[in-house]
Amino acid sequence: MTKSPVLILGARSDIGKATAHAFAALGHPVQLAARNADTLKADQSDMVLRHNVAVSLHEFDVLDLATHAAFVDGLPEMPDVAICVVGLMGEQSQNEQDLDAAVRVMRSNYEGPAHILAEFANRFEVRGSGTLVGVSSVAGERGRATNYVYGSAKAGFSAFLSGLRNRLAGKGVHVVTVLPGFVETKMTEGMDLPAPLTTTPDHVAQALVDAVERKVNIIYIKRTWRYIMMIIRAIPESIFKTRKI
Amino acid sequence: MILSGWGRYPVLDAAVHAPRSFAELREDVRAAQSVIARGNGRAYGDSAINTAATIKTQHLNRMLAFDPDIGQLIAEPGVLLGDIIAAFLSRGWFLAVAPGTKFVSLGGAIAADVHGKNHHKDGSFRTCVDWVDVMDAQGAVTRCSALENPVLFDHTLGGMGLTGVITRAAIRLRPVESAWMVQTTQPAANLEAAMDLFEANPDASYSVAWIDCLATGSTKGRSLVTLGEHARLTDLPEDRARAAFDVPDNRTWAVPFDAPGFALNKVTARAFNALYYRRGSRKSGQQITNWDSFFFPLDAILHWNRIYGRKGFAQFQCVLPLAASYAGLSALLSAISKAEVGAFLAVLKRFGPQTSAFSFPMEGYTLALDFPVNARTLRLLSELDRITLDHGGRFYLAKDARMSADVFAASDKRIEAFRAERQGNGWQNSFASAQSRRLNL
Repeated sequence: MTKSPVLILGARSDIGKATAHAFAALGHPVQLAARNADTLKADQSDMVLRHNVAVSLHEFDVLDLATHAAFVDGLPEMPDVAICVVGLMGEQSQNEQDLDAAVRVMRSNYEGPAHILAEFANRFEVRGSGTLVGVSSVAGERGRATNYVYGSAKAGFSAFLSGLRNRLAGKGVHVVTVLPGFVETKMTEGMDLPAPLTTTPDHVAQALVDAVERKVNIIYIKRTWRYIMMIIRAIPESIFKTRKI
Repeated sequence: MILSGWGRYPVLDAAVHAPRSFAELREDVRAAQSVIARGNGRAYGDSAINTAATIKTQHLNRMLAFDPDIGQLIAEPGVLLGDIIAAFLSRGWFLAVAPGTKFVSLGGAIAADVHGKNHHKDGSFRTCVDWVDVMDAQGAVTRCSALENPVLFDHTLGGMGLTGVITRAAIRLRPVESAWMVQTTQPAANLEAAMDLFEANPDASYSVAWIDCLATGSTKGRSLVTLGEHARLTDLPEDRARAAFDVPDNRTWAVPFDAPGFALNKVTARAFNALYYRRGSRKSGQQITNWDSFFFPLDAILHWNRIYGRKGFAQFQCVLPLAASYAGLSALLSAISKAEVGAFLAVLKRFGPQTSAFSFPMEGYTLALDFPVNARTLRLLSELDRITLDHGGRFYLAKDARMSADVFAASDKRIEAFRAERQGNGWQNSFASAQSRRLNL
């Protein structure tokens, strides 16, 4: 039996690649979407050779909203699972002073991802099946001085996913929210991350595959994060605002 | 970033780059004063550490093309040999040369010109390499093979990354009928009997011996000699032959923490070795085993380097020319058993002829063993160096962490020519490791 295709939006990212490999290893054909998609040719051949599945490349720019509908309609086959891994952290200090940079972070983490998943949501709803996955962040659970621009955009994205899940629950379409904590990726390279709270793109990918297969709603990659964020959310604002967290 | 090799000794703080594309790799190489490439960090010592700039190839790990007519795979250097097996064994292809662990990167296998249990018959990894792309300090890539740019090829195979950064390679895989091995284990009461078994079986595809380095007297050098062949369909029971590439995944165990320093000493090592020999002797004879257990028994114990405790361990691996092998091995074994250190894993293997500019193997016998790092074993290692030199032997750089430049220079006449090539081609200033500096390469 041939398995259904899986689309990865933001396929150049470390988590995107790991996720594509994880689905391909299970025999799913994968569609890799990114800017300058032809630079993913080596990854395409790698996935074909390792997993013996069909892999296609698709030009996609999450910020170019006007192209999204055409992008979706241009796919050779409507995917069963659409996964948005797109994200941009930026530098908080820069985001505070350079508001254009801040807007870019907001658009890359919220507006763009929400817009493209909305395109798929409408088509999946009509079809009556499919899974949408958004990779958001624990940073969206509460705004902190150190990364609230990124965090606020992720908060918006998380709320969007939650609403989408609510809307589509009876329509045969499932929505997964992925909340990774620290992950060893290009985004976090050079940061001094605490080892017990840090995971790898491969672990994120495995958890994501598992969540899609078992129709889980929200996943944290390391369970500790669930409790850490529970505590962080519970701290009263009057105390929270004076602390460095 | 704190780096060490698989032996976890020495430990150095190095600037690390992990490029995700060819363009990023080129930038990293061009920007640094000197660099060394690092694959999966399985060299035991400091071969793949340059404190100024260590370039990890972990993200450059794509398989690019496969030609099933000739079994040729083109891949990037960060691909692990285990990934190649995972992708191709079920399609009837296996590595032509498999070292003792599948967690080695392709680039590392080429740079160390690794050998396997078939060296006596098929030679080192070099024999399956069609060509290699090597990046120089300016970021330009040169393709080399036995025919095209042969000087670069000769020095890159076994050159420990000191000729440039490997960016791609084409290797040949070997066709196999199944994922199973036919393995025959024979006990040998002493060193002489073990060597006789190797000499009597030159046609075995694979041969290797586990050797008890702590036995003395008439049992000195007692061994379990294992011979192996890829199982053909006719070797397998019918139900297995029907799905010849379906083997159960080997169960893996992880060593969860560093063993305390006293866990490994002469008493536990002696007991382990005696038990292992008795058990092996009882179970001798022919059996069918899966590829993973046959080629990579230690890979089943993840992080096995932790059993040596926090201070790490040192590997010793030398090769002795055939004529001097018996005398040399005998002297090495005497020194090891007399020193009463905990040596757990020792391996003896017959090498066949070898052509290359700087690769480790030569026709003769190779002995490999590891020790926990402490003052006593470091003294013993110096003594083993001397015995090896006295018998015309040389040392495996992928295993070395502590040899002196003088010892290395005395062991290998090829070092002058290698150094001259490094100077002449501008590699010396641009490609260096902590090891190459220590050994003055």
